[in-house]
Amino acid sequence: MWRDAALVAGRDLRVELRSRVTTNQVAPFSVLVLILFAFALDPDRQLLERLASGLYWTAVLFAALLAISRSAAIDETDGVRDALRLSGIDPAGVFVGKAAAVAVVLLGLEVLLGVGVVVLYGVDLAGAGLVVLAALAATVAVAATGTLYGALVSGLRVRETLLPLLLLPVLAPVLIGATRAFEAALAGVPADGWPWCGLLAGLAVLYTVAGALAYGTLLEGS
Amino acid sequence: MEPVVHLRAAVALLGRFPALAGIDLDVARGEIVLLRGPNGAGKTTVLRACAGLVPVVRGEAVVLGHDLRRDPRPVRRHVGLLGHATGLFDDLTVADNVRFWGRACGADPGDIAAAMALVGLDGRLRDVSVGRLSAGQRRRTSLACLLARRPELWLLDEPHAGLDHETRDQLDGLIGRAVEQGATVLIASHELDRAESLAHRVVELAGGMTVAPARPAPGVPPAELPVSPTQEREASSASPSPAPPEVSHVA
Repeated sequence: MWRDAALVAGRDLRVELRSRVTTNQVAPFSVLVLILFAFALDPDRQLLERLASGLYWTAVLFAALLAISRSAAIDETDGVRDALRLSGIDPAGVFVGKAAAVAVVLLGLEVLLGVGVVVLYGVDLAGAGLVVLAALAATVAVAATGTLYGALVSGLRVRETLLPLLLLPVLAPVLIGATRAFEAALAGVPADGWPWCGLLAGLAVLYTVAGALAYGTLLEGS
Repeated sequence: MEPVVHLRAAVALLGRFPALAGIDLDVARGEIVLLRGPNGAGKTTVLRACAGLVPVVRGEAVVLGHDLRRDPRPVRRHVGLLGHATGLFDDLTVADNVRFWGRACGADPGDIAAAMALVGLDGRLRDVSVGRLSAGQRRRTSLACLLARRPELWLLDEPHAGLDHETRDQLDGLIGRAVEQGATVLIASHELDRAESLAHRVVELAGGMTVAPARPAPGVPPAELPVSPTQEREASSASPSPAPPEVSHVA
């Protein structure tokens, strides 16, 4: 499974690198979201600082929707799904590989948005350990859920609009957990954030295991 | 000898629509069989069913010794399907595509390089993005992916479509060579002249059913044909052997 996962992750990342959609479209879009939040809340600088964690993760989720859509689209074109089924690749490996590639893209975007939050919202970084671990767990949870739901809606004509509709409610606990963990870290009380980080880690494991188990059925059914 | 493909009254559904309504087909190892018929006859569905991509819900369906009705997945690794859809990634280069699909099927780097060389993709084209290729070049890339996996059963859907004369000859040569090495080939094609010259037998389909028994392709002496198990059974039960049947018309 791990060999297949590495193969699929390498392919998806290579496609992203060559197409440059992430760097030319997704990254500018996510920064634009941060800027729009700043425009909307600029008169109240304190409010902007206080809401920075929530705004950051909302921007991450919007960017994630685009990244997940892109990832699902790679396997929807020109008979790729049939070729995957014929190749004998372990479906769990396909899932893990695709989720890993989405996670790598998201981590890059999160770093970019983190810089944006510091520069635009004037946030002082604190509690680095909690921030990093919470971000990692949340990223894995978002990538795993997104990859699973991307496969679920693939082949449907309304997949572009249906994906956010299905995905965002499922990701609400991740948004809440990551926001609370970040708030605690930035406020200098990391002890309050670790339970949220634990919740994120649990969600990441749950979504990854569920995805690995269900992906084969989705691949066959699509 | 067990046939490579054995379909008996096989029924396959596409959604709720019966795309195959009772196909009978036996293909022996080393045979090249041409599936012929009008659009919607079920040619592509037969190929996809043999690849384990379309579920057979009734009848018998055994390919390479695997019962497709029980579990179609084990057969997939051993077949190569060249269909209308190429299964290629436009943003990746030719070499990236062949390498990915080759490695996905467990091919070693030597096989992958050899496959690209066989279809003439080892030169300038290897580093070109597939999105920039012509339809014929995409087809050749697809063919290289198929060659890299060294399938036992080749399932070719309109294999000559979009290819120039030189590449068609090259493809025919590759098919001939694969058969010499023990592969079996099932072709669905409208390009009857070329496909019939390649095939050992022709099977006529219409409405998802076999409407005429297999007959030798024009110009192929029956004595030179590999003998399918059905033919063996027929030969042992009937004598003298009847003349090759004409292809019947469909009411």
